[in-house]
Parts: sequence; C-alpha cells; structure tokens
Amino acid sequence: MTTRVGVTVGERLLPLGVTLLAVLVLWYAGTLWLNGPQAAEMLNRAGTDWGAMDFARRAFTMPRPLLPTPDQILVELHKSVTGYPLTNVRNLLYHAGVTAGAALTGLGLGVLLGIVLAAGIVHVKVLEHSLLPWVIASQTIPILAIAPMVVVILGNAGLTGLMPKALICMYLCFFPITVGMVKGLRAADPLWLDLMRTYSAGAATTFWKLRTPASLPYLFASLKVSVAISVVGAIVAELPTGGQAGIGTRLLSGSYYGQTIQIWSALVMAALLSMALIGVVRVAETVVVRQAGAR
Amino acid sequence: MVLAQTSLQPSEAAGGAPDALPRPIVQADKLSLVYQATDKPVVALSEVSLIIREGDFVSLIGPSGCGKTTLLRVIADLERPTGGAITVAGTTPEKARLDRLYGYVFQAPALYPWRSIERNVMLPLEIMGLPKAERQARARAQLELVGLAGFEKKFPWQLSGGMQQRTSIARALALQPELLLMDEPFGALDEITRDHLNLHLTQLWRRMGKTCVFVTHSISEAVFLSTRIVVMSPRPGRILDVIDCDLPRERTLDLRETPEFAAIAHRVREGLKEGHSYDD
Repeated sequence: MTTRVGVTVGERLLPLGVTLLAVLVLWYAGTLWLNGPQAAEMLNRAGTDWGAMDFARRAFTMPRPLLPTPDQILVELHKSVTGYPLTNVRNLLYHAGVTAGAALTGLGLGVLLGIVLAAGIVHVKVLEHSLLPWVIASQTIPILAIAPMVVVILGNAGLTGLMPKALICMYLCFFPITVGMVKGLRAADPLWLDLMRTYSAGAATTFWKLRTPASLPYLFASLKVSVAISVVGAIVAELPTGGQAGIGTRLLSGSYYGQTIQIWSALVMAALLSMALIGVVRVAETVVVRQAGAR
Repeated sequence: MVLAQTSLQPSEAAGGAPDALPRPIVQADKLSLVYQATDKPVVALSEVSLIIREGDFVSLIGPSGCGKTTLLRVIADLERPTGGAITVAGTTPEKARLDRLYGYVFQAPALYPWRSIERNVMLPLEIMGLPKAERQARARAQLELVGLAGFEKKFPWQLSGGMQQRTSIARALALQPELLLMDEPFGALDEITRDHLNLHLTQLWRRMGKTCVFVTHSISEAVFLSTRIVVMSPRPGRILDVIDCDLPRERTLDLRETPEFAAIAHRVREGLKEGHSYDD
C-alpha cells in the first residue's frame, strides 16, 4: 500500500516539480538578462574588477531590479507577512484581506445577479432576446475604462469604501454565472421535465426540485471562473478609488516609488488569494457533489 | 376501422351484462393528433377509439411510429390531441393530471441522479406535500414491493438498469394512482431481466388491481402481461385490432409455452402483418 501511495504521489509531484524547475531556471535567466545592463553599470562604477560570479550575484540582489528573483520576492513576502501585525499596512495579508472582502462581496452580488438573470432568461422567452444582448455587450466594455467612472458616480451618490469596489467586481462576475446558469437551468433532461409535469408540478417546484440541482455542475464551473475574475476586479477597482488598503493600492504605491519587489510580492499575494478562493469553491463543490451521491 | 370499432367492447361480446362492466378509466373517441412537421403534416393518431376499463391491463403494440407512445402521452396530458374526445377517469386528461390520478413510467428510468433511490421515490410525495414520515413510509413500502428493500440509500448509478426501472415503477406507484401508464419500460433491458420484471409486474398488477396501460413492441411481453392487446399501425397511427387476452390472471413464465399463449401471439402477429408492419 505504501509503495502504491508513494508511486501516485510521485506521479503527481514529478511533473509539477519539473515544470517548477523549468520556470525557476527561466526566471533566473530572465533576471540576468533584464537586470544585466544595470548590474554591469553598477559594477563598473565601483571601479574594481569583476567576474561572472560577481555579475550574477549583483543581478540577483538588485535593490530595484527590473525583474526581481523568486527568492527576493519570497523574502519580501515573508518579511511582510511575519514582520508586522495583521492590522499593519506593511503586512500584505492585511491588504489581501481588504481585497478579498471586496472580491467576495462582489462575487456574492454577482452570483446573485447572475442567477436571477439566468432564471429570468430561462423562464421568460422575451428576456432571452431583450436581455442577453445587453449582458454580452456589458462585457465588451473594458473594465479599466469604466471603473473610475463607476467610482466617481457612486462617490457622488455617497457610496465609498467597499461598495464601489464590490459593484465593479459584481459587474465582472455576473457574466460567467449568467452564461453558465442559462445552460445549467436548461440542462434538465426532457424526461425529467415530463416527469415533473405528470406530478402537476408548477414552475416554482420544477425550478427548485429539478432545474436547480441539475444546474449545480454548471454553477460550480462558472464559479471558478468568476472567483478568479473577482480578485482581478477588486484589484482594478482599487486603483482609481485611491483607497488606503488593498493589493491594488499596494501595486500602485509600488509603481510610484519604483519598488518592483513590492509590486511582485503583491502580485504573488494576489495569485495566492485567487488560488485560495478557488480552493474554497473546490471544497464546496466536493461537499455538494458528495452529498448528491455522485460517483 | 369497422373491425376495431366492433371489437372495442370484447367483454360485452363475451356475454357479461353491460351494467356489470367495470367503469371506464380511459375513453377515447375518434382521437386524432397531427404534428406540423417542417415539410408535411405527420398524422400521429388517426381516429383512435378505445375504452379501457378499471382493472384492465391493456398493451399497445405496434412498430415504431404507430402512435402507441403518442396515445399514452395523450392519456397523460403530455400531448394535446388535435381532434376527437378523450376522458380519463371520467374527466379531462388535464384534470386527471392535475389531480395526479395516474403514475407514468418512462422508457428510461428518468431517476434524478442527485437523489438517493429512496428520495427519488419520495419526489412525487414531496410535491404532493405529504409529511416526511409518511413520505418515507410510503417510499419504503413501494421499494419493498418492487424488491428493492435495502437499496434506499443507494444512488441511481449504483443500481443496474433493471433495478433503476423498478425504482421508477415504485416511484409511479408511490402516488397510489388509479392508473399506471408505462411506455416501453423494459425496452432497454436484456431479455433475462425483462422476463424477471414481466413476472414481477404481472404479480404486482394482480395484487393491486390497478388499471395499466402498457406500451411495448414485444409480442410475447404484450400477451404475457395483458388482458387486452391493442394492435396499432403507422402512417397514419391507428388501431387495427383489439385482441382479448383471456389467459388466467395468475401467470407464470411457463404460460408462454402453452398453445393458448401461442394462439393469441399468433393473432397479434397476424394483426401486425395486416397493417403491413413487416413491409419495411
């Protein structure tokens, strides 16, 4: 048994390890290439003779590199996460928490809006032709262009802080949900629908007892897309809000001061946040699917 | 058509007084159903007249396209006829459907994969609004009746095709309907399972005395199960013959080896031949 488990773990870890190694090699090569000119100039200015090792060491430890090395980013992340309390603005987890709050609020609203729109489209024939084009058109507008305007307009209406960010997230999140759920709510087998009819079940009963459970796989597929989008949406929304906190703010201040290591560690934190949220969705899916007795 | 009309009330011809007949559950009078297909209209049912009485086990048999499933769906109010009249349990099919007077078994088990076997059987009872304890008691009783006690917590994919179809019969019976409508319920099963379920079904029918309408394209299945066999023919879908199947109500698989059985099967086959069912 142990060898079998060992083999499966090995089978899983090996490809992952190989790709990770390849990424790291390419990354370090990239830092040499991108930071090279700057590093050489610094070494020349110092006046002493330098060899390949000096050059590499210099390129890997630039204070403001064009491309920081993975170890620089990890050190920065570690310093930020462990060096300060959770409520401190220097702690990236604090910023991640702020962004996650906006992303999750926006995701929640987006899921709600997406499901309501999908239910409407599925049940009212007219809505499919009147609503769906607008839903699609809404996603052709670049969010970067519309976000500042949303923030300004909502600010005038007295909405500041979390809500504008959440609404921008919602704007991005509802689309995959609507598209997925329109398909999901129609995924019920015609026989299953006939069966409901023989029970003289109304539209509401059919919706809750048949259409909703039949649509769950589609909901989870859409949710995974929406979760990732929600984090992007929250970060984009943080840029024009001039907020004091959030991964977006951190990115912005990093670019003001040329703190590339800070930018990259914020980016890594954003990726980790997305992965964590997708992980939560996965767990929820597993629980729901197991409850529904899937194989 | 004349032949079909005269043989509609075989029990009368058999000598029973008309007032002693069980009450009619399904009464179809010159029923027609025409689909508007893209190129030309398709006549699924043409002037179909039929009376099904309480306690009958009526099989509708014929080749594909003869309208047997359509007729069943009209009885169930899953399709609306374009002509003629039909009553189900003395009322319109729609009223009968809304009153949940029939149970319907589809060609496929049509179990909801996210529900356990027990909760599948409980589904119609949930919709009826029965309290939980009664739902469970009824579901358990029905599952036991179809020989699936002990499988309550399993999910559909964990059961064989035959067991799934038995679940769907239990689900239809859980409603305690007056009328059981079955659309080729064993069509997708292998012959051994089918024999087994036929035996099961005929015992169930004898015990419960429900009226059954059974669509099939198997002659031996029809003869084995039925009290009357309605032979249908396609293009347009119509009734060719109604054959009395006066075998004893108590039936075992051995019955199929008897000359009486063979004689009725022969008549059904002749009826189908008459409708040129073997032409293509």
